[in-house]
Amino acid sequence: MSFENIAMGQMNNALTQPEVMISLHNLRVSYGDREILHGINFDVMHGETLVILGGSGSGKSTLLRTLVGLERPSSGEIWLKGKNIAAISSEEMDEIRKKIGMSFQGGALFGSMTVGENVALPLREHTKLEDSTIEIILRLKLDQVGLSGFENYMPAQLSGGMKKRAAVARALAMDPEILFFDEPSAGLDPIIAAGVDQLILELKQAFHMTIIVVTHELASAFLIADRMVLIDKGIVVAIGTTEEMRSSTHPRVRQFLDRIAEPAVSEELDYLQMLTEEHRHPGR
Amino acid sequence: MELTSQIGGSVTDGLAYLGALAQLGVRAAYFTFVAPFQGKPLRLQRAISQAMQTGVGALPILSLITFFIGLILALQAAYELRRFGAMTFVANAVAVSMTRELGPLITAILVIGRSGSAFAAEIGTMKVTEEIDALETMAIDPVHFLVTPKFIAMMVMLPCLTIWANSMGILGGALFGVTQADFTWIRYIQSSLDALFLRDITTGLVKSVMFGITITAVGCHEGLTTGAGAEQVGRSTTRAVVVSIFLVILVDLVFTALFFFMTER
Repeated sequence: MSFENIAMGQMNNALTQPEVMISLHNLRVSYGDREILHGINFDVMHGETLVILGGSGSGKSTLLRTLVGLERPSSGEIWLKGKNIAAISSEEMDEIRKKIGMSFQGGALFGSMTVGENVALPLREHTKLEDSTIEIILRLKLDQVGLSGFENYMPAQLSGGMKKRAAVARALAMDPEILFFDEPSAGLDPIIAAGVDQLILELKQAFHMTIIVVTHELASAFLIADRMVLIDKGIVVAIGTTEEMRSSTHPRVRQFLDRIAEPAVSEELDYLQMLTEEHRHPGR
Repeated sequence: MELTSQIGGSVTDGLAYLGALAQLGVRAAYFTFVAPFQGKPLRLQRAISQAMQTGVGALPILSLITFFIGLILALQAAYELRRFGAMTFVANAVAVSMTRELGPLITAILVIGRSGSAFAAEIGTMKVTEEIDALETMAIDPVHFLVTPKFIAMMVMLPCLTIWANSMGILGGALFGVTQADFTWIRYIQSSLDALFLRDITTGLVKSVMFGITITAVGCHEGLTTGAGAEQVGRSTTRAVVVSIFLVILVDLVFTALFFFMTER
């Protein structure tokens, strides 16, 4: 396993963007006895778009859930806005959560509320703004994601792409400093998915927001990313700019980027051996 | 050895489950009675719309069922009582068994079927579609937002429904009394009221509040602990109904015994 790329990526960014937004130190996450993330280290810089790449079951979604405080790490530190969110009270976490936005894979819009009520919910919950002000912010946010005039629609009446846009509008409602995306293009046709990518790029240009995207869609990842992290079997395999990733010679990076299939496991015994190998040397 | 460890395991699981229900109830109580004074407003609007669904929506079917139950009780009581020529006591039998036991119980079981299952399905679906996670990432407590209004609605509506159920049951009994036992409507209602003590009604109502708490806690807990996938929502809903019925009967037994020994002295 090589950490060269990690060091390089961090150095490059240290020169251009000195402010660290999120910093992970030896982060481990387990479900019961099973450890999913085996010691993750990397920094996210202010204003950059970081794409977390990885295959199914690589632990990338768990990493994202841990970053927004939905999972508690078993050990390690996550420094976000000067606080280690792995070890703070739920009240303090709630304060941090008001400054981050998250767009879920399926949108996660509340089905019993209109699009407008969904987007206005965080504002109604956490601010004492007048209804008329909330109305204006709501229009603004829907306009930003290209959904003007849809505030009275129910989520069920929207297409997949529109749901995702509405979810982004809701994530933007509180003017977050960090925006998280879980599989933004999953389940969308290529044209709609490209539209969502375009939206992410627009948000980045307009607000200089720190954006973290978890995906396995390579085309979209290379389009939106400033830097990328490749996660495999719960460890960071490589981290670097899009160019560094493209030119990487790391076998696992090459396999992922060149879409080479895993060798098929034919024998039951081989499979068992593979599992025990993984157990002994996690992430190999 | 195997058996004892299995029994031990089940007992621990059962106690852990009850602990989880109690924890949910305590958090809902905090958001109802304490949090409003700390600047976290009560969600009355949501509680009212929930109360309309669980309470008012249940009235037609509850009326029909309890009317029939009253009629059945009258028939069963008359079967014995007519041998002693004591048909006038039909009114007493129906009134006391409706208000003390069957009114609250039938109401609870109907509400489990209509609302307890709906709570589990609603919250379970929200869990599967990551809506619960979305609430948390927006710093909105799901217990405050979803569970507390349900507790408030159920604790208010279940006693109301029970009073309605008692009246409909007595009315059902009256149909038999008037047609088969020489009562007039007025006289039947009068002898029902004469047969009842205030404590018959209050014990029934106390039980119905406890049933409301139990049903909400189980339904919401099952919803919140739903695993991944649509199939799990079905499992949660089924479990919510079965566990609620069991716990409601258990709570019924405990409180009936409590009232029995309290009034003996």
